[in-house]
Amino acid sequence: MTVPASDAVVKTTCPYCGVGCGVLASPDGQGGAGIAGDTEHPANFGRLCSKGSALGETLGFEDRLLHPIVDGARVSWEGALGTVAGGLKKIAEQHGPDSIAFYLSGQLLTEDYYVANKLAKGFLGTPHVDTNSRLCMSSAVAAHRRAFGSDTVPGCYEDLDEADLLVLVGSNTAWCHPILYRRMADAKAKRGTTIVTIDPRRTQTGEEADLHLGLKPGSDTALFSGLLVHLAGQGAVDRAYVAEHTAGFDAALERALTIAPTIAATAAATGLSEADVGRFFALFTRTRRVVTCFSQGVNQSAQGTDKGNAIINCHLATGRIGQPGMGPFSLTGQPNAMGGREVGGLANMLAAHMHFDNHEVDKVRRFWSAPNIITGEGMKAVAMFEAIARGKIKALWVMGTNPLVSMPRADEIRAAIAGLDLYVVSEVLATSDTARATAKKTVLLPALAWGEKDGTVTNSERRISRQRRFLKAPGAARADWAIMSDVAKRLGHGAAFAYTSAAQIFREHAALSAFENDGTRDFDIGGLADLSDRAYDATAPVQWPLTKRGPDPRKGRARMFADGRFYTFDKRARFVAVQPPALAQPATAEHPLILNTGRVRDHWHTMTRTGKSQRLSAHRAVPFVEIHPDDAARYRLTEGGFARVTTANSSAILEVTISDGVRPGDIFAPMHWSDMTASNGRVVALVRGTPDPVSGQPELKATPAAMEPVAYRSRGYLLTRAATAAPSGWWWTRATVQGGSGLIFATQDGSREVAMALRGLFPAHELAEYSDHARALYRLAAYRDGRLMACLAVETGERRPDWELAKQVFAAPEIEAADRRSLLSGRTQTASAGPVICACHGVGLDVITATIAAGAGSVEQVGAACKAGTNCGSCIPEIRKLLAPALARDAA
Amino acid sequence: MRTKEKLVVVGNGMASLRFLERLTERAPGRFDITVVGAEPVAAYNRVLLSSLLGGEVDEAACGFRGLDWYAEHGIRLITGAPVTAIDRAKATVHVGDTFVTGYDHLVLAVGSLPIRLPLPGGDLPGVITFRDFADVTTIRKAAVEHARAIVIGGGLLGLEAAVGLARLGVDTTLLHVMDRVMERQLDHTAARLVKAAMEERGVKMLLSANTACIEGHGRVERLLLKDGTVLPADLVVMSVGIKPSTALAAACGLEIGRGIKVDDRMATSDPRVFALGECAEHRGVSYGLVEPAYEQAEVLSRCLLGEDAAYTGTSLATSLKVSGLPVFSAGVVDTPDGAEAIVLHDATAGLYRKLTIQDGRLAGAVFVGDISEQARCKDLIRTGAPLAPHDRDDLMFGTPAPSPAKTSLAA
Repeated sequence: MTVPASDAVVKTTCPYCGVGCGVLASPDGQGGAGIAGDTEHPANFGRLCSKGSALGETLGFEDRLLHPIVDGARVSWEGALGTVAGGLKKIAEQHGPDSIAFYLSGQLLTEDYYVANKLAKGFLGTPHVDTNSRLCMSSAVAAHRRAFGSDTVPGCYEDLDEADLLVLVGSNTAWCHPILYRRMADAKAKRGTTIVTIDPRRTQTGEEADLHLGLKPGSDTALFSGLLVHLAGQGAVDRAYVAEHTAGFDAALERALTIAPTIAATAAATGLSEADVGRFFALFTRTRRVVTCFSQGVNQSAQGTDKGNAIINCHLATGRIGQPGMGPFSLTGQPNAMGGREVGGLANMLAAHMHFDNHEVDKVRRFWSAPNIITGEGMKAVAMFEAIARGKIKALWVMGTNPLVSMPRADEIRAAIAGLDLYVVSEVLATSDTARATAKKTVLLPALAWGEKDGTVTNSERRISRQRRFLKAPGAARADWAIMSDVAKRLGHGAAFAYTSAAQIFREHAALSAFENDGTRDFDIGGLADLSDRAYDATAPVQWPLTKRGPDPRKGRARMFADGRFYTFDKRARFVAVQPPALAQPATAEHPLILNTGRVRDHWHTMTRTGKSQRLSAHRAVPFVEIHPDDAARYRLTEGGFARVTTANSSAILEVTISDGVRPGDIFAPMHWSDMTASNGRVVALVRGTPDPVSGQPELKATPAAMEPVAYRSRGYLLTRAATAAPSGWWWTRATVQGGSGLIFATQDGSREVAMALRGLFPAHELAEYSDHARALYRLAAYRDGRLMACLAVETGERRPDWELAKQVFAAPEIEAADRRSLLSGRTQTASAGPVICACHGVGLDVITATIAAGAGSVEQVGAACKAGTNCGSCIPEIRKLLAPALARDAA
Repeated sequence: MRTKEKLVVVGNGMASLRFLERLTERAPGRFDITVVGAEPVAAYNRVLLSSLLGGEVDEAACGFRGLDWYAEHGIRLITGAPVTAIDRAKATVHVGDTFVTGYDHLVLAVGSLPIRLPLPGGDLPGVITFRDFADVTTIRKAAVEHARAIVIGGGLLGLEAAVGLARLGVDTTLLHVMDRVMERQLDHTAARLVKAAMEERGVKMLLSANTACIEGHGRVERLLLKDGTVLPADLVVMSVGIKPSTALAAACGLEIGRGIKVDDRMATSDPRVFALGECAEHRGVSYGLVEPAYEQAEVLSRCLLGEDAAYTGTSLATSLKVSGLPVFSAGVVDTPDGAEAIVLHDATAGLYRKLTIQDGRLAGAVFVGDISEQARCKDLIRTGAPLAPHDRDDLMFGTPAPSPAKTSLAA
């Protein structure tokens, strides 16, 4: 493969959420690229959200890991690969292969995922391969498998266009899957689709919905149990479909009756009004074309699998599945969570939608010619990290993810990693929290980033798209599959890992999916197993399955289960009798609030990419916590003030946002901030993360917490061209701003001490300063050769500093005199009188010319009107000059 | 018809002219007025002398009123003729050797004299002061090519003279005995900005410079500092201050302090004799600035017309341009213990503002570069009114513009 010419437009796929939008990248030949939506891509038809549009701003090399590093020292690839292979070999010999674990990522390409899975499960012989997808949608996977016998997303995005009712459960679609939300909004405009949101939090999506159900955290199962009962009671159950294509209806209904037998009981269990519950039930009952989309609010729960099945139960009962405009629809969070599921890169899968019955294990062993095939499930993410803490796991290889920020109880994970014999991190950033953790032996391997790597990803509607390379590999960075293949060769498995291209790996992956399949497995892309390298490069987005035997092996299928046949042994779907809803950890006197976590509109996960974009960092620049006004009053919290959020696991200090979008008793904090971007902002570290018993997905949406106000003496911000560290002990957060880096801080130091501490950062600069220490105010602008290099503002701790004006000035290529003033005054503009002419009375040029224009015809008249020239008179010659044109005009 | 009362004004400077303007505005033709000026021309703008020296303006541009104005207002103007004596018993004024005129009211507006330092060699030719048109002519003559000039004195006039010289292309050095220029008006930071502005205009600045003596054979050739530094010089301009001109008043027995003592009506110890401007001493203070002189002129014009007016002093504020650089100073300059200072400083932009606040009241203000809010500062210092919450920001930064810019930013 060659890097395309700089004028070529490259079709690729967005690296953020599971919508999988097509992106056109136009490399500029200097390491950057123009970004546009791909009008031909069926996921987005040319649209991009704020995050996707800003991809061009995230391509810089700041903080990139560009060379292999072992224990802090730069080494050659030879040295690094030798250390990894030698370490793995020794640990496998001493402690057994199952003392080795892999923690992968939904950001990996399918080909990378495939090689990792093959290496671990077939050749090293460890089952402990899990992924950050465990935190994302493993409950949806488990629910699918329980209901359908396979991890199959039944529908497609067109169903969103063709539905009459869209139910969004635990999904802030407007912010987290914005392009799908646009399709929903279009459907609403075109065909009058009704949108219902179900979420403890009234998000932006809820604000715009026709009906918002702000239910109690964790009570979704009660709502959908109540719905199942209601459907049965209203005669809305499709008896023929249930009889012919499903099993377990009666048991599921019986269980639902114990959970939510009536509308009133449903309302009581969910904290909703009977009217709202009744309205939702009536809508669902009478609307055939209904799609129920569910996302992290359902999945990231200790009962996430039951929540998913409670939803699917309602669709099976009404036969609303596999047909246009209807079905349960899991919206995945990551660009390639689906690809990871396809290769089997999770601890409870083997490969290619095969699991651990003897036939499947044998199939995979034979296909791979695997010497060390595993025969059972490995440990899922939460258990895996607990095993590291216990010393059961001795070696961990993390790829493309940041568990020190995103895993629950991440403080314990950091401590656990220190005890590892070998800690390998394949990463793009040298500065991520995970890359900065250390073990007895720590190896950092520079991986390719989006735009540099080449392969495939699968989106939420089973559509495989190409992520294509349009940038050169920086430094010594390499593809993950190539790195792993080299390690495999050093371990003696050269023949099985003799890969020279992503296309070659993809063909093997496709062949495995079809290997002795015969229609028994949903995932079959045998139709792609013979793609030439050229055809692979040119592949347009396609939906699986794509079987060799199909009418057109290159044409996929939009909807599954249209024939009512599922992947269970009897081809019947299963109703699931779900457990009554209960939080894994209810609120207590000590921790009376329930902490919910999630995302903001413009950031993605741990901000390692979006954090580089000034546009994306402008929306919410500070880690914050939302609280209901009543609770804010109770805990003496003020808008824009600080609060310490404490759980049994950790504490964070966040800025308070008061909003009635959260329920009384609930709080919400976004998960994006890390040690890289904030001093006290790691929110997921607060979370206990009790795993769902079926899926192993940890609860991230309901952790008991306490809040108390935190007061700082001073608050402020510092804008610099390169990132600057805050003095230790300060509260701080960092955000990219146009032209540099912004530090927002709070401290117990007074303005005088802050001035002392930060002035020294700018030797050999010209400083402009403003100080009013009696009011705790200090501002500074540092210049070099006329260019603004930094600006600092300190205020009393009682106020949230407003940096919008300073950011505007900082972003401008050149600084105007008025802006120099603004930086010190903090005011946009003052009433300008123009340059002073009359010094005695401070009368400006503009005032004098206006006076003359208004009719003053002599020095005396000017003086009488505006006082200019009436004291010392030294400006009278200037006034005369100003008068001359007016007098000449009058004379003419 | 009753004969008009005779009013004689001695001196035709800026205070004299302002007084005549106000008087004739209020009561045209009321007095029979004679004005006697020692300089050969009618009142001109002394503030512009340095601009004149630097060639920015000509003599005509310095003038205020043409001779026709005096004639139109019935004012007999005698120029180039010093008043030599006053006979209060006879109520007469002697002009030169021959002319005697009587008065009903006499106004002394004789100004001040530049101070000459009693230095060895201080009387050599080429050592001059800088006070009037004649001095400008002398300096311009000396300011030939490659001439080297030294200005002694870092007050306003010295700074202005130095800039005027530098503008003529003269190699100019300014010596000041203190460690900052204009120390009575400026704190160190403001003084540094002014110093930088001077240097930008081509003036070499030597602070903490004590002159030991001036040397030369028949003419100034060099100046020696007490630290031994030798500075070659073709011209030395002394600008170290002024003293009220009191000789005439003393000779006729009027009560003299530092200046001619006056009461709140500007009357001297003789109720028929008044004094105003730099020669006067009011409540123990002699002013060297034009603003108090104008206020005094206003009061005196009203008193002479029988109005009940009183001059109670001028708060010590200085608003001026040091060679085009606006400077304002009022009230205390250096922050006393227990007071708060609010400071804004952008040296590159030539901008400095300091407010000194004591017990919630404005005690002092020093501005350089932009002095827009000076009037409000002066008021607040004079009245001692407590500061409103927005005053601190408004005085430092100016009143916020009512433009929609701010709201659109917030939105």
